[in-house]
Amino acid sequence: MERKLLSGNEAIARGAYEAGVRFASAYPGTPSTEVLEVAATYEEIHAQWAPNEKVALEEGIGAALAGSRALVAMKHVGVNVAADPLMTASYVGVNGGLVLVVADDPGMHSSQNEQDSRQYARFAKVPLLEPADSQEAKDFVKIAYEISEEFDTPVMLRSSTRISHAQSLVTLAERQDIPIRPYEKNLAKRVMMPAFARPRHVAVEARLEKLAAYAENTPLNRIEWRDKKIGVICAGISYQQVREALPEASVLKLGLSYPLPQRLIKEFAAGVEELFVVEELDPFFEEQIKAMGIKVRGKELFPLTGEIHPNLIAQTILGQPLAEKLEAQAREEGTVPTRPPVLCPGCPHRSVFYALKKQKLLVSGDIGCYTLGALPPLDAMDSVICMGASISAGLGYEKGNPDLKGKVVSVIGDSTFFHSGLTGLMDVVYNQGSTLTIILDNRITAMTGHQDNPGTGYTLKGEPTVALAIGPICKALGVKRVREVDPYDLPALEAAIKEEVAAPEPSVIIARRACALLDKSTKELYIIDEEKCKRCNHCLRLGCPAIVKEEDRITIDASLCVGCGVCVQVCKFDAIVKAGGEND
Amino acid sequence: MTKTTSILMGGVGGQGIVLASKLIAHVIQAHGKELKISEIHGMAQRGGSVLTYIRFGDEVASPIIEAGQADIVLASERLEAWRWLPYLRHGGTMICSTQIIKPMPVITGAQKYPENIMKVLEELAAEGKLGALYAINALEVARQCGEPKAANVALLGILAHCLEFPLESYLAALEALVPEKYLDVNKKTFMAGYEAVTKS
Ligand SMILES: Cc1ncc(C[n+]2csc(CCOP(=O)(O)OP(=O)(O)O)c2C)c(N)n1
Repeated sequence: MERKLLSGNEAIARGAYEAGVRFASAYPGTPSTEVLEVAATYEEIHAQWAPNEKVALEEGIGAALAGSRALVAMKHVGVNVAADPLMTASYVGVNGGLVLVVADDPGMHSSQNEQDSRQYARFAKVPLLEPADSQEAKDFVKIAYEISEEFDTPVMLRSSTRISHAQSLVTLAERQDIPIRPYEKNLAKRVMMPAFARPRHVAVEARLEKLAAYAENTPLNRIEWRDKKIGVICAGISYQQVREALPEASVLKLGLSYPLPQRLIKEFAAGVEELFVVEELDPFFEEQIKAMGIKVRGKELFPLTGEIHPNLIAQTILGQPLAEKLEAQAREEGTVPTRPPVLCPGCPHRSVFYALKKQKLLVSGDIGCYTLGALPPLDAMDSVICMGASISAGLGYEKGNPDLKGKVVSVIGDSTFFHSGLTGLMDVVYNQGSTLTIILDNRITAMTGHQDNPGTGYTLKGEPTVALAIGPICKALGVKRVREVDPYDLPALEAAIKEEVAAPEPSVIIARRACALLDKSTKELYIIDEEKCKRCNHCLRLGCPAIVKEEDRITIDASLCVGCGVCVQVCKFDAIVKAGGEND
Repeated sequence: MTKTTSILMGGVGGQGIVLASKLIAHVIQAHGKELKISEIHGMAQRGGSVLTYIRFGDEVASPIIEAGQADIVLASERLEAWRWLPYLRHGGTMICSTQIIKPMPVITGAQKYPENIMKVLEELAAEGKLGALYAINALEVARQCGEPKAANVALLGILAHCLEFPLESYLAALEALVPEKYLDVNKKTFMAGYEAVTKS
């Protein structure tokens, strides 16, 4: 069969296709997003974006109970949102197989925390699979469905940034023909009220024991005997890093990494002189192995934070790194400027933060491209916690400190509003808050690479659908003061913020303007009229990458400017003019 | 088993590093090697630093490249060459576009763009710490060929001198991956990069 270069995420989607999956749901989130984007390219899979991870998992549970093989995908923090259904889905079990793909982000390349999702498998008492490259990612998905159906359990498949976003060669196979299983009603197994749930918990514990026995013999877990002086237990990406750093060492590679195979671990431990666990983030294996009474070293040597790379493994275990960095004295002496991400030229979010900073308001922030409004020079955000927290934490600010009343603005993106902003806004109304909520409606989920959401009018498969209107939703939630503003119109935006934040009742401003990366219209670009420019640097406060300060002058980079015209409105000297002539 | 070859590509979000890495992957695959390509996405689209690791050989374990491990650093911008310099092994090859894209902290005046980058790289090459240094203004080369967006393809033309694969494999990769409409200009840009080395 053909070998194809696939990322881990593409391979997971391919695995779902080959495993006969019929239904897939997810909410986007780096590094998991492409799983569903690729799943959607297979005609045989009904793939859809859910408004959040809890909804996605519940849909997957329903589809599996209905008899289809179902896949649900999310980033690590998504599992927090989906934790409620996960815990009880474990009791309910499946009909068609159910696989939950979770992509962790050790090192926080693109996340607000680096929680270790393996803990969720143990917490929910469901089996956990950890592939170590794209081939395994694909193969493990197929095995996950077999385990799911054989043991009547949801299965968690955990990836991480270095698996999801690394490409390697994969041998493809045909799609299996897996018919929809017949649906039969089964109250005692699926209606989780106390009398039915108690025996289900007993069943879950018995299932874990059976899975532990299975873990001893499955080829997913294997000992690779090499030199017996050093033995390392590892899974997922850490397996590759250990192989790179210690090619001579013996390895116990765990593919089914919860529940653990106790007998296999004991056999491995007995066969090597020194035993190590190499695992990123929490001492998940280490603590369980120590509880088996086995002497092993892990987190006393390796960090609890970030990724664990080959150099560190070699340095720690062999006492010397794999490679030494190239030293260049001149470079060591100076600083290397950082290149942080910035709001794009023409980004409709920019003017909102400029206005908020100018009015010195307390900004309860949220997660999306607009989180970049927290960085200088915009510097207009006070806190960011998790998706949806802007509105609810904003209400908390106001209730927690009466001095802040009339100054609190919650800022949230359109996708984030649909994800988990609605309940917060409902509560601002219910509990009689007076915060201003600004919904940055750029008509797309931009941060994760432009996915559709309930407000865009399209499904994941690109089919036209109902576009939910944010304004009427806010009104239905009980907000009386709802208005829409074009964020490119700075005076109108500033006036609206001033008025609405002062209102003694809940208010909403919808700042509506499509993401600049998706706006294909061509606008006339702007330049600086050097005669008029007083070099006051005020325009630099917008943090627009197209406006560049040279030694003694300011210029607009024509290759970056998209002609949004926001800078024109902040210049006090009318020094920013259309490249082709007069301003309107 | 032959040694794994490691290429680190660094650039700025929006510079088209993804196509460049696809082209290299195509060339490597055509020669039956194992390979791993690792990209950091996330907020790269928003003008941040972007980084791609390419590793190939008979067998590849880790998808990442450690400081001191890269055989080749290919940087599409001067400051990015500076940033990833420590990742080169002693005697490794630096391929660098001399183009400058100022990052936000430099634009706002909070940090200074280092002035001596090219001079220091040349000194390192003279000392032998760099096995080879190839520096061209890839953007300018691409512009002259007719498509500034193809700047990275000019750098690939240089890379072709540094790897063991024949020129035809690169042209085949361009044919396989670049849309018809842009194929000629990409080939022209690739050859301009390739010849920039042969001529100098
Ligand atoms: C629970 C959870 N799921 C997913 C993510 C990943 N994520 C962060 S922001 C975001 C969407 C942002 O979209 P939107 O609110 O429309 O703002 P935009 O990026 O378009 O400005 C996503 C999917 C996350 N951080 N947390």
